[in-house]
Amino acid sequence: MVLSRLSLNDFRNHAALEIRPNAQFIALHGSNGAGKTNILEAVSLLVPGRGLRRAAMSDMVRAGGGGGFAIVAEVSGNVIGTGVSAQQPERRKVRVNESNASINSLAEWLSVIWLTPAMDRLFADGSAARRRFLDRLVLALSPQHARHSSRYEKAMQQRNKLLSGTVPADPLWLDALEQQMADSAHAIQAARTGLVDALRDQLQSAPSGPFAVPLISLVDKAGPAEGDLAMIWRKGRNRDAAAGRTLCGPHRADLDVIHKDSGQMAEQCSTGEQKALLLSLILAHAALVSAQRQAPPILLLDEVAAHLDPSRRAALFALLAETGAQVWMTGTEPELFNGIGPSAQLLPVGQN
Amino acid sequence: MASQEIDALAQALSKLPGLGPRSARRVVLHLMKKRESVLMPLLRALEQVEQRLVVCSTCGNIDTGNPCGICVDPRRDIRSICVVEDVSDLWALDRSRLFPGKYHVLGGRLSALDGVRPEDLNIEGLVARVAAGGVDEVVLAMNATLEGQTTAHYLAERLEQFPIRLTQLAHGVPVGGELDYLDDGTLAQALRARRPVG
Repeated sequence: MVLSRLSLNDFRNHAALEIRPNAQFIALHGSNGAGKTNILEAVSLLVPGRGLRRAAMSDMVRAGGGGGFAIVAEVSGNVIGTGVSAQQPERRKVRVNESNASINSLAEWLSVIWLTPAMDRLFADGSAARRRFLDRLVLALSPQHARHSSRYEKAMQQRNKLLSGTVPADPLWLDALEQQMADSAHAIQAARTGLVDALRDQLQSAPSGPFAVPLISLVDKAGPAEGDLAMIWRKGRNRDAAAGRTLCGPHRADLDVIHKDSGQMAEQCSTGEQKALLLSLILAHAALVSAQRQAPPILLLDEVAAHLDPSRRAALFALLAETGAQVWMTGTEPELFNGIGPSAQLLPVGQN
Repeated sequence: MASQEIDALAQALSKLPGLGPRSARRVVLHLMKKRESVLMPLLRALEQVEQRLVVCSTCGNIDTGNPCGICVDPRRDIRSICVVEDVSDLWALDRSRLFPGKYHVLGGRLSALDGVRPEDLNIEGLVARVAAGGVDEVVLAMNATLEGQTTAHYLAERLEQFPIRLTQLAHGVPVGGELDYLDDGTLAQALRARRPVG
């Protein structure tokens, strides 16, 4: 999966920008505030979700522009577009080959994985961010994961709403919603377990490099979700009503990561080691997706090169080259990308 | 632009589904030009419908008689009932007269977020029809949306107590559809619902 063209209109600080990638590495360099990360954010909007900043759509509209924005990309001959109009600046629209398409269907065309400075705290922060990261990895292997997740969320919203009512909810209605949730939950859990198992195998078989190797496992922090979820929810209605939310289910799952050599929990490792663990995960994932879907995901690495010493940087470039993935990187100085060699396309940002 | 009356007509028309202010003005202009051949027949048809419009107390269909034309049709099989969300779904199914039985219109779908509860739908009427006996099969023809399917599950539980066959519309490959163009969710559904050949 590679982008052969990316064009932005009124997106963040870019009034009109067109990039035609012609190398495996696209190295965006420029001073702070030039809009390098904005370009990565645009690419991250070509898959389901809210992009790498999780910002509101209206925040991405260029101030002083027409009130909407458009991102158009070409992927193996297909034209994928997304954006908002001035009339509905929060409503993200998707076009694939000149027809309207759903946001979730984007996963069938493209998978994009990113690493940003904000993710330095991924292991230390709450489980929601880790779950989003996990689901992004899953989505690259199972495009229908996005549909199952939104259906699950919708059904759960309805259940929570019913349980929060002043009058007791119709038990048969709850049965019906819990059955819908269970159907989606089953698909969500199967996809996540499949990904984590395959990724664990991939990490074990990979030769040890300069980056710390993680041991990963899927956990349910709210207790074991084994067995019949519909039954668990049915029995837990009073408890969930008191809590004001559904206490158990795949929306509470978490990704546990341990430093293989030291045996430490990832959140107890140093910042540098945590970053290395994430890089190892992403590299193994790219190899996995490449093997299973015949095309590696597109990788967006924001300010990753700057925090590595030259020898680690060179090792990272070599490992990334091996995955065959199209890699979009940012850095303040073009010299950061010297180690890549001829497969780098250096693009200055914000100098015109 | 035009007189107050014509403006009012354009305003009223612009509220119709599928029309906006611009297309409403085009319709008004067309009606004025074709007064004899279009405006008068339309007016008579509207009047007739307005005078006789009634919701069928048996099935919830909207028609010009109560019971509705479908409920009184002696050629239809009274032993099977097809349950739909809205009248538009009934029309879609009955356009080609594929279903030989009777219908039951719920008047919507269960939605906690929109505040549509079971008692807001024509569900008791359906249970009463089935409880009265003489029904062999109930077809749940809800939309394949979350809310449609939740409603189908709910009805299945409500009707469980009766000795009837409960069936549901199949979801999958549309006739004339090419697999290559289907989304993964639809393909997965079609694979799950695969059946023996012949």
